[in-house]
Amino acid sequence: MTKKFKFKFNRRAFAYPYMIFMLLFIVTPLVIVLINAFLADDGSFTLKNFGEFFSNSGGGMTVLGNSLVIGLVTTLICLVIGYPVAYFLAKYHASNKILVLLFILPMWVNFLIRTLSTKAIFMALDVNLGMGTVLFGMVYNYLPYMILPLHTTLVSIDHSYIEAAEDLGADKFTVMTKTIFPLSLSGVASGITMTFIPAISTFAISEILSSSKIYLFGDAINMHFSKTTNSFGVGSVMSLVMLVLVVITNGIANLTSKDEEVKSVL
Amino acid sequence: MKNDIIIEIKNVNKSYDTKPVVKNLSLNIKRGEFVTLLGPSGCGKTTTLRMIAGFEQPTSGTIYFNGVDITQLPPHKRNVNTVFQKYALFPHLTVFGNIAFGLKLKLVEDGEPTLNKKGQLVQKMRKLTKKEIVDKVNHALKMVDLEDYGHRSVNSLSGGQQQRVAIARALVNEPEVLLLDEPLGALDLKMRKDMQLELMSMHKKLGITFVYVTHDQEEALTMSDKIIVMKDGVVQQIGTPTKIYDEPANAFVADFIGESNILSGTMIKDFCVDISGHRFECVDKGFKHNEPIDVIIRPEDIRIVEPTADNCLVVAEVLSCVFKGDHYQVTALTFGDERNEIIIHDNVEVKVGDKIGLYIKPFDFHIMHKARLINTLEGEIYEEGVVEMCEGRFNCTSTLPEGTKVSIKVDFDDVELTDDEEDGTIGATVISSIYKGSYWQCIVRTDTYYDFFVDTDYEWLIGDRVGINIAPDKIILEAIPEPTEEVAND
Repeated sequence: MTKKFKFKFNRRAFAYPYMIFMLLFIVTPLVIVLINAFLADDGSFTLKNFGEFFSNSGGGMTVLGNSLVIGLVTTLICLVIGYPVAYFLAKYHASNKILVLLFILPMWVNFLIRTLSTKAIFMALDVNLGMGTVLFGMVYNYLPYMILPLHTTLVSIDHSYIEAAEDLGADKFTVMTKTIFPLSLSGVASGITMTFIPAISTFAISEILSSSKIYLFGDAINMHFSKTTNSFGVGSVMSLVMLVLVVITNGIANLTSKDEEVKSVL
Repeated sequence: MKNDIIIEIKNVNKSYDTKPVVKNLSLNIKRGEFVTLLGPSGCGKTTTLRMIAGFEQPTSGTIYFNGVDITQLPPHKRNVNTVFQKYALFPHLTVFGNIAFGLKLKLVEDGEPTLNKKGQLVQKMRKLTKKEIVDKVNHALKMVDLEDYGHRSVNSLSGGQQQRVAIARALVNEPEVLLLDEPLGALDLKMRKDMQLELMSMHKKLGITFVYVTHDQEEALTMSDKIIVMKDGVVQQIGTPTKIYDEPANAFVADFIGESNILSGTMIKDFCVDISGHRFECVDKGFKHNEPIDVIIRPEDIRIVEPTADNCLVVAEVLSCVFKGDHYQVTALTFGDERNEIIIHDNVEVKVGDKIGLYIKPFDFHIMHKARLINTLEGEIYEEGVVEMCEGRFNCTSTLPEGTKVSIKVDFDDVELTDDEEDGTIGATVISSIYKGSYWQCIVRTDTYYDFFVDTDYEWLIGDRVGINIAPDKIILEAIPEPTEEVAND
């Protein structure tokens, strides 16, 4: 007996175009990266690439450490600056949608253009390009990604929780620390995910804003694939490390918040 | 005794933008009372409660708590706690955490007051210890029958359980006044009945003041010591449930509280009222001769008797008879020139079409002044034959010149309502609709906030938009004399 394969046109069919796209351009490249990581120059199976990266012979681990530190610092600064902004935007939400727009507006400009303009401004002001300017560029680029999820969460907090807290004897500060902040944790988690992951994998920002003095993980991966010397293997290993970091970050974010909204980010 | 009064609200007004919600409200709440603010939605009862809690500031007026002005005091400094309509339990805390929330912030007196160097009495304050908090929370949980639920997340509880947690969270702080904002609105009927009894017994046991907001008249009648009936931000009546039910202050209260027959009548003389040509003995006096009045008769105060019986006051024809468990609800149409539909609750069964006699004790005719006899408003002649009022232009028969300020009178019968707002000269919203035996008396509010009283043959749904038309010859106009200008000042 032969089983007949019949193409049935149902609702599922609408998902096929993207599934094919995903297969071709997301799954396949991932598999290629995975294979590449285990290939030696001559095409034979090897673990040398991993050895080379983890032994830090090419400085890969140092770059990774730098990236994590800069990523963390960036995320922290974004959170500290972004939370109050998101809070006030949420508080005056109804009357001031334009204000919210102003904070999202930078996202509409290509980040390379933004970064190059920032560099031009720093140069004009005679500021030394280095760690400070890189951090500035990172915060500037990723702040909206922190503010948006925070704003969404803060806006959706029912005002009656705040009133209930006040009613139970909480002054304005206690309402903030005991009610609003805990209720906005899901927004904090997704804000961190949306800032930290791009921040550690970014390239170009650090290169441009430090005149190529500071290399971050993204730059390093970029370098391995664009150099004339063939080091696709090590580049692939670094890409895999990056992938693991993303998964870990998302996992932590999901642990801290049981909210559905964040889970959907993964 | 002045110190019997725990909350005093004095001449309080509250408006949002320019829309008044509470108008010149004054009332006293006694210590230990169960007071209910009762009224339809939008009557200002919740706003009043929120002003007592401190979430809203009055636009004008004062609120006293134990004789101290607390009008500007923020909510966290007031010794009141609120049970919110949708409970507002903190989702990030457990049941225990929710109830302990207030206790953890509370400061209590630590030891006896001592004298400081300047010779002033100083009271040291301290936070509650962990053990004290645990004890208090457990006690509160026990009070609401949720002993084993402390560790549970609030979202895992049923509506009734959440309600209990909300009550425990408020009561655990030992407030002097507990404010409840329609706390049973989200529960099903049976649960609501159970919670009513539980709240009443808690009130009795704790002896603190309860201020309860509801739109459910039955709930109010069951639970309260005192009911405050509100409508459109104005207090209609304050009294005990019995008083409110038996002696409603006006047609609105009578219609809102329980079922009632509301009829138009005329007070012939003291102790004698005329309803549609029939004269009845009553116990009211002090009205003007032939003053038009509203008569309210509760359905259960009417007795069905033989049409030939001596005590038969009026004969009626049965339109319907429905069994309601503990009584029959009979609808009957009286005989006479003007026939009125009457609802009767009695425990005899009658057949549709039967002729029955009705007997009502003189004591059970509740007579009250009419809120208004004719619609009176001000307007201006737009051009000859057209008058402008409530931002609409009506044709009229007047020949007064353009620009004359006029006072306008329109009878209740002469205001025509149209189903489609577009068909009317002006639009309006129906805000009240009361059946008066043979017609409906509606109140419709124009966009300029003038309330037209309208007598119609149909029931109009409250909240609906309608159009208003008035026949030109039914508009009674009278020029308002211009105030004589004082010229001699310069």
